[in-house]
Amino acid sequence: MNTSSIFAGDGPGRFGPYGGQFVPETLMPCLHELTATWEAARRDPDFNTELAALLADYSGRPTPLYRARRFERSCGDTARIYLKREDLNHTGAHKINNCLGQILLAQRMGKRRIVAETGAGQHGVATATVCALVGLECTVYMGEVDMARQAPNVRRMKLLGATVECVTSGARTLKDASSEAIRDWVTNVATTHYIIGSVVGPHPYPAMVRDFQAVIGIEARQQVLDRAGRLPDAVIACVGGGSNAIGIFAGFIADPVDLFGVEAGGSAAGHSAALGLGEPGVLHGSFSYLLQDDDGQIIPAHSVAAGLDYPGVGPEHSHLKDTGRVQYGSVNDSEALAAFSDLSRLEGIIPALESSHAIAWCRRLLDDPAAVARLREHAGDEQPVVVINLSGRGDKDMDNNGGES
Amino acid sequence: MSARRTGRLGRLTASLRTARVKPLVPFITAGYPDEPTFDRVLAAIAAAGCPLVEIGIPFSDPVADGPVIQAASQKVLARGMTLARTLALAATAHRDHGLDVVMMGYLNPILKFGPARFAATCGESSVAGVIVPDLPPEEAAGLRELLAARDVDLVDLVAPTTDPARLVRKVEQATGFLYLVSTTGVTGSGTAAADTLPDYLTRVRATTDLPLYVGFGIATPQQAGQVAALADGVIVGSALLRTLTGDRDGAVAAATEFLHEMAQAVTSAKGTSR
Ligand SMILES: Cc1ncc(COP(=O)(O)O)c(C=O)c1O
Repeated sequence: MNTSSIFAGDGPGRFGPYGGQFVPETLMPCLHELTATWEAARRDPDFNTELAALLADYSGRPTPLYRARRFERSCGDTARIYLKREDLNHTGAHKINNCLGQILLAQRMGKRRIVAETGAGQHGVATATVCALVGLECTVYMGEVDMARQAPNVRRMKLLGATVECVTSGARTLKDASSEAIRDWVTNVATTHYIIGSVVGPHPYPAMVRDFQAVIGIEARQQVLDRAGRLPDAVIACVGGGSNAIGIFAGFIADPVDLFGVEAGGSAAGHSAALGLGEPGVLHGSFSYLLQDDDGQIIPAHSVAAGLDYPGVGPEHSHLKDTGRVQYGSVNDSEALAAFSDLSRLEGIIPALESSHAIAWCRRLLDDPAAVARLREHAGDEQPVVVINLSGRGDKDMDNNGGES
Repeated sequence: MSARRTGRLGRLTASLRTARVKPLVPFITAGYPDEPTFDRVLAAIAAAGCPLVEIGIPFSDPVADGPVIQAASQKVLARGMTLARTLALAATAHRDHGLDVVMMGYLNPILKFGPARFAATCGESSVAGVIVPDLPPEEAAGLRELLAARDVDLVDLVAPTTDPARLVRKVEQATGFLYLVSTTGVTGSGTAAADTLPDYLTRVRATTDLPLYVGFGIATPQQAGQVAALADGVIVGSALLRTLTGDRDGAVAAATEFLHEMAQAVTSAKGTSR
């Protein structure tokens, strides 16, 4: 039977049938408080001015749009390729856009303490950073496997004054770190705000985090219009929980632009393609595609990129998949690792392994005659234009890149 | 309020109240630590005079549970426990041990099994009630209806953070008993706060005459007695699972003794509940 039909479907925070608020009762009042605080803040000019100033002066926005000519050439000169340089944000990834927004909300709610989960450590570093900025106590949950493969980010979080809690349950990766962060939050909800790092979790997180990340797409749209003189033909982003993808898609969703979300295809050991190979269910507070077995138990994900190594995905992506507005595909670990070294050598830009999935997809797209034909048709008489969201930098991946050095 | 249709659990808790019995309700993860031991623990639960047992449906990612119940879930899942088998064990608890069963489990395995099929199987297995900790009332109408059609109550949870307006809306649809989460936190953590509990219960009682069963963090006979003086039922989970270590006979003996002490503390509690 259609499992979604047992829900009201028109409850708060729905994207088609997806989303909702599936959390223990203890957390429900605080989700309502967060929703009210966010809704008041987004209409408050003071809040928006304060956030805009931090994004500019503290994080360095707007981030550049860079044309990657040598990478273009290596892809056969079939398209103009622009990289949205989220790697040039303070702390090195798009995660800070969301953290700055949420830390201001935490202050408005009078919270004293912040918890977060992290996979790649980028969200953990961004959370530790904004906590240092405003002087709040910070605890970050991170799986033992991820602490080993993203060690530089563990050291950064500690230097920034955060407590890093090592999670040893389950697969010891992002899923388990998320569960532990929720358990902490349930226990300390009176004093603590949970800064979720992607467009996942119960309402209002998926919509709220999207709004904080939409700055990526709003900037990119204007930049590509200025530089190329027209809208792009395709926009590509990697999808873990889906926040950098939703953020850049937000700028183009109403335009006739092909949108591509790239999941982690992993290896023989497993994958993280919740949209490609999963089915709808409930994990960590929302109804969305996820990896599960025949008995509804969650199957651990796998990816060389810790930030994509998650068996779920944001509910808005599930809806965008079903409606067909976004096309989702995956690239495997070795394709991503090849893109990691490619971009480093061709452009002098070391991409995060997560972002390398989007780079690899672009190469795959431009290698495919049918896809190129479609881009050309879309572009009319002009050379096709592709924008890739370079969600983060790869310094953290220096020890975890499959033997490159 | 009168539109509320009570199922098997509601009738049972009402008759317990009429008989002035405050039950100790033990929680045990289905098939933990292994099926033969589980069956002997069910016998011990019945022998301790408990009319009700809560059987946990294992889930890989139980966000409302502390380390003890997490580990128990992992262990039985590793041995191949399924929801279908869990429901079969529930039927056995009723048939062989005369226990009435409340199932406690997270939403995803129920969705995957199929909510209608789940409700039907609960009905056939003589399950009295179902608790789904990650299904708040806002999202629960569909499952509540499916279960009600099979004479099974969906139990609502109240937390210390539940505000008055929300509480009033909740008790309007609740049947069976109200599950009062004793503290903010996960199962097995902290301790039921003896100092704030009286106010908490008074606040809830002012809104409803449903039986109030208190759980989370109740670990000792002394705590159980304190809670029983105020509440209509006392739920104990992690502390029972913690007794189930070592060889089978030793584990069963430890659980039997623990259940006996807890049940005695609950029965002999003097108090003011209705
Ligand atoms: C650089 C980078 N890109 C992408 C992701 C994946 O997250 P999301 O899909 O929410 O953008 C992460 C997560 O850690 C990341 O660090």
